[in-house]
Amino acid sequence: MATAIDRFDEKARRTFDSIGRTEVHRGELLRHPVYTRLLHWAVALFFFLALFTGFGIYLPWLFRWFTPFFGGGPLSRILHPYFGVGFVFFFFLQMLNWLAPMLWSPGDTKWIGNIRRVVSGEETLDPPETGFFNAGQKAMFWEIVAGCIVYLITGIILWMGARTFGAIAVAISYVLHDISAIIMLGGIFIHIYLSTIGEPGTFQAMTRGAVSEAWAWTFHPAWYKKVTGRDPREAYEKARQQQSGAPPKSS
Amino acid sequence: MADRKTLQAEKISGHSGASPGFGVQRDFEVCKLVDTTTCIGCKACEVACVEWNDMPFSATMFDNTYQTMPETRWNFWNLIKFNEHPNPDGTIQWLMRKDQCMHCADPGCLAACPADGAIVKYTNGIVDFNQENCIGCEFCVSGCPFNIPRFNPGTKKVYKCTLCSDRVGQGLEPACIKACPTGCLKFGSKDDMKFIANERARQLKENFGMENAGVYDPQSIGGTHVIYVLHDATDPERYGGLPKNPTIPWSYTIWKWLFKPVLGTFALFGGLGVLLHYIAVGPRRPQPEPQEKETVHGNGD
Ligand code: HEM
Ligand code: SF4
Ligand code: SF4
Ligand code: SF4
Repeated sequence: MATAIDRFDEKARRTFDSIGRTEVHRGELLRHPVYTRLLHWAVALFFFLALFTGFGIYLPWLFRWFTPFFGGGPLSRILHPYFGVGFVFFFFLQMLNWLAPMLWSPGDTKWIGNIRRVVSGEETLDPPETGFFNAGQKAMFWEIVAGCIVYLITGIILWMGARTFGAIAVAISYVLHDISAIIMLGGIFIHIYLSTIGEPGTFQAMTRGAVSEAWAWTFHPAWYKKVTGRDPREAYEKARQQQSGAPPKSS
Repeated sequence: MADRKTLQAEKISGHSGASPGFGVQRDFEVCKLVDTTTCIGCKACEVACVEWNDMPFSATMFDNTYQTMPETRWNFWNLIKFNEHPNPDGTIQWLMRKDQCMHCADPGCLAACPADGAIVKYTNGIVDFNQENCIGCEFCVSGCPFNIPRFNPGTKKVYKCTLCSDRVGQGLEPACIKACPTGCLKFGSKDDMKFIANERARQLKENFGMENAGVYDPQSIGGTHVIYVLHDATDPERYGGLPKNPTIPWSYTIWKWLFKPVLGTFALFGGLGVLLHYIAVGPRRPQPEPQEKETVHGNGD
């Protein structure tokens, strides 16, 4: 099973790499191939389409101004499940693609224990065990996997309605669907923040696909070590000495 | 109410007597009374409803009963349900009940509906759907304890009995009431209908030996604006789809009015939280940070 997935992903990655392009400059590392990037933005697009059509149904007295963008309330209601299915479909491919790097490791539990120092900014360098994804990213990934399962089951019940599944099933599904959406939305706020202004240098991982070496040894030292074979702390110290030794740039 | 009398029908040509229900919609809660003990299953009310509401033809379905079709439809709001109830003594009781929206005092459809203005409850007790605002989500279907709202796949909107709000608003009785030949359907103020219904139940008990006869006006949802006189009020279920204690699922009451806004606000705080983090703690940059930064103090970088 796992090998069949590997072969599928391998083939997809190769196909998309032959169509798209990833430039990796000197001092940079390849982070996400074309296939991953396209999947990510397909997921994000369908997520926001589903989110905005869903808002109009969730709290119309607050969010009904979203619905005209989708052709009004009834059309929002008709489109929402299709956007949702699109989101789940692309995230399913992404899940297969990312299954291996997202598996939990003992270092991740330690990372979570350290979270206060990360949030407060005291921790400038991530702990040396931090691999391709850190524990926070993995937690969000698995939250989305769980969320997709909840969305899919409750969403189909809401889609077909009380005529098919009965009033009680709909009433329960409706609450679970909402809770799942709220948790995911909260996670996405944090995700967008960290991948843009919260940790500068991250956004290009999902656009150009490459990140700087400094970014890698700072946030994902174990991954840096794996791909370059160099020690992340040594590389960091070296860069620091170089910086203080060299005359200030006139920029 | 002198100032409001202008367009109220007082006499109507070719109409039997004074218009029943005349004027009540203004001052009272209105009510429809269905006396199941005098219903003869003639279906005149079904025809009247289809006629008055100008419904398109729809093919019916025979299911080995006298019922016109198994359930009400988006274009068929009023259905006489024929139930054959086996008694313990081996006899069969043939029960006919006019099924339509109950116009609940606490309408589950309205509690469940997320769309602004799609369902309106008037002060006279009528619960009416405003299709213009309906988004077709069908939450009302799962909120209704009587399984009444019906989805029209063509218009993607939901429909049900209006209690003939258009007629009642003009001082007329609902079409089904007007058509009923036996007087088993009555229309008037809720107080009057309750009085008549209780009198009838008393009569059934005293004169016909129906010791369980009673009135169906379920208090679990604050009462309804359609009430029944039943041969046996202890077991309304036998009439097909009349729950003894109808309730609205809690998810439409607590969840909707409390948790929805509260959790929605939480999600917003998530957005605010990251903004505050940016302002108070600032971003984490790849290390070592560019050196120029350290030489700058205070204003800007
Ligand atoms: C404008 C919105 C978004 C931006 C700017 C953004 C940006 C990024 C970036 C830069 C990465 C790479 C992080 C890394 O390489 O370490 C990433 C990863 C990821 N994105 Fe997004 N993303 C957005 C929306 C979404 C949405 C809506 C979802 C799913 C619902 C999503 C799911 C993921 C997941 C699961 C990962 C991998 C784990 C992680 O990095 O947290 N993203 N995103
Ligand atoms: S019977 Fe159903 S549709 Fe009619 S008012 Fe009550 S809850 Fe609404
Ligand atoms: S389908 Fe029912 S719950 Fe949904 S908007 Fe229309 S009336 Fe309201
Ligand atoms: S009150 Fe009007 S809409 Fe309702 S069942 Fe009677 S005729 Fe039909």
